[in-house]
Amino acid sequence: MSRTGAEALVECLKKQNVDIVFGYPGGVLLGIYDTLFDADILHVLPRHEQGGVHAADGYARATGKVGVCFGTSGPGATNLVTGIANAYMDSVPLVAFTGQVPTALIGGDAFQEADIIGITRPIVKHSYLVQNVDDLPRVINEAFYIASTGRPGPVVIDLPKDVVAGKTKTKCSGKIDLPGYNPTYEGHPLQIKKLLKELSEAKKPVIYAGGGVIISGATEELVKLSERIGLPVVNSFLGLGGFPSAHENYVGWLGMHGNFASNMAMTETDFILAIGTRFSDRSTGRLDGFAPNAKIAHIDIDPASISKIVDIDIPVVGDCKKVLKQMEEYLDKFNWEKNAESRKGWLKKIRAWNSERPFSYKKSDKVIKPQFVVEEICRLTDGEAIIATEVGQNQMWAGQFYKFKHPRQFISSGGLGTMGFGFPAAIGAKLGRPDKHVFDIAGDGSFLMNMQEICTAVQYRVGVKVAILNNKFLGMIRQWQHLFYNKRYSYSCLECQPDFVKLADAYGCVGLIAEKPSEVADVIAESLKIEDKPVLMDFRVDREENVYPMVPAGAALNEMIYGE
Amino acid sequence: MRHIISVLVENNFGVLSRVAGLFSGRGYNIESLSVGVTDDPKFSVMTIVTHGDDRIIEQIIKQLRKLINTIRVRDVTQMDHIEREMVLVKVHASPKYRAEIFGIVNTFRGKIVDLTTESMVIEITGTKDKNKAFLDVLEVYGIIEVVRTGSVAIARGSKATTDFTKQDLKH
Repeated sequence: MSRTGAEALVECLKKQNVDIVFGYPGGVLLGIYDTLFDADILHVLPRHEQGGVHAADGYARATGKVGVCFGTSGPGATNLVTGIANAYMDSVPLVAFTGQVPTALIGGDAFQEADIIGITRPIVKHSYLVQNVDDLPRVINEAFYIASTGRPGPVVIDLPKDVVAGKTKTKCSGKIDLPGYNPTYEGHPLQIKKLLKELSEAKKPVIYAGGGVIISGATEELVKLSERIGLPVVNSFLGLGGFPSAHENYVGWLGMHGNFASNMAMTETDFILAIGTRFSDRSTGRLDGFAPNAKIAHIDIDPASISKIVDIDIPVVGDCKKVLKQMEEYLDKFNWEKNAESRKGWLKKIRAWNSERPFSYKKSDKVIKPQFVVEEICRLTDGEAIIATEVGQNQMWAGQFYKFKHPRQFISSGGLGTMGFGFPAAIGAKLGRPDKHVFDIAGDGSFLMNMQEICTAVQYRVGVKVAILNNKFLGMIRQWQHLFYNKRYSYSCLECQPDFVKLADAYGCVGLIAEKPSEVADVIAESLKIEDKPVLMDFRVDREENVYPMVPAGAALNEMIYGE
Repeated sequence: MRHIISVLVENNFGVLSRVAGLFSGRGYNIESLSVGVTDDPKFSVMTIVTHGDDRIIEQIIKQLRKLINTIRVRDVTQMDHIEREMVLVKVHASPKYRAEIFGIVNTFRGKIVDLTTESMVIEITGTKDKNKAFLDVLEVYGIIEVVRTGSVAIARGSKATTDFTKQDLKH
């Protein structure tokens, strides 16, 4: 049956089980929007394309499905760029449709024309400029496949106006034929046995688990392995939630603002089993001081992540969940008794580190400590909420003081560090998981970057809760200036900011404020009662609180500094 | 070290810019890059000459393999191989020196493809080193212009360069 490119597009989205898209219309997208008007797909209109793409990203992280967003040609497309880069860095499955001027005008600097394929080339897993309407169904099919398989990532589909308006009979199904794209899912048995052999000989082994554990859904297998052999588990920042933080084998989170025990364990370990992590510089600290005595095995679906930063002794290319399952099969072939005592002692030492130096802060009954706000959110939501964060101190405190139980519970911009990400991502997450409380733990600076999305949340009755840890500073910038630039607070003070309660009121949602520690719990409890609209909570926190411990840039993991 | 990387890609538009962009975006150096379609018009082969230590070359190969349109990537320098580059050189060649230059061209098995009273255009193929030696000798006559294709390389023997497996490689 012949239909327009726009009709074929919507049909293909339905075939991909897309039930929600985040998009902003524009001249060249009007054909698609006319079709979407009658489609059985929830279309969410953000107030800025960046909000739309972050919402799609948050939706994808919270649900594990592919996030979908639309932006028109030129400025619409370029407004998506930050969100696409963000998804690329954190391996989030995303399909971004961009409008393009008619094929006959491409290259002529037409109105609202931008070479979005060229602009996004370094930040996409793959991209398509569709030049013939008959290619459109195949391209969409391939795009969803590429975005969601292997190491997930964003795919851009650029749609010239005349292509969308053209007629096609091509079906939406069809075999995927990508001769150059064959992700490896099963690990090589020889490598796995080699890994287990080395692991069985280690006296102070550590599992270093990253976001790949969450993406592949390997939590259950990870817990099993850790329990069976008695292995401590250190998370990367994006790995938070991939291993239950209340588990007795849980060590904590590694890196610049990670905990003492994790950083020390990684420094002293003799064998690292890294699973689905890319050894980010924020995790490793100075490389020549990173795990100086350890052999390292690395399980990752992306071969290019192996030995990219740190030399790997035993590489295993494959899907984390599949490889962990394969490991289970071979487990009995190795002698785990031999070093069981050493491992027990090692775990004991790690636990001692943890009780000796847990994440902590100076409590106060006069001024609200930002860490206290996060602790209270954790307490009052029973550790079950989905937590999105902005970027900076708020992000680090969220990671330190919320105790995560489940995968896909923590949504944060790890790789790109995108300010303004948390709020729209929280909206996307709440739309994907309406059964959960969803918080954006925010700084005042980051929240101001995409606060126009309050409108979106109000319009679609999205009950997200924004906890602004308001210190009237770009807090992390101020912290670095405090520590490394002699307290010269160059342009990091946000002297002018809106009255957040009135702002909420102006947008037609709820604004709450807490100025004293005694008000914090009430404000959070009040927010939990409101489910049909966003709540802005303005927590006036200690202005010059720092995030500790901290591994200064260029220092090794065991060279942490602490506050006064 | 100098490496020659042979990349079999789908013959789609945009593939070249993805490959070249990968090198520039990650700070790898390209000495030369030549592309041509294979006997099957669906595919092209790129021959990329680059420099780097083992870690960089490993990353280059892995990152190239990650591209969706890339079918096979091989480090040709790890195989017995033949490498050729074509150079066209235009040189001053007044009648006084013409015979002399003819002799040099013969020695290097070049070909004269254009001749005027004042100049010559010579075509020469060979390894980079041979071509450099040739250009060094011509230098004294006054080179007007040089254009070169960049290297192409192919493995010796009956197998396609891109079909070699790890086990087939020298080390």
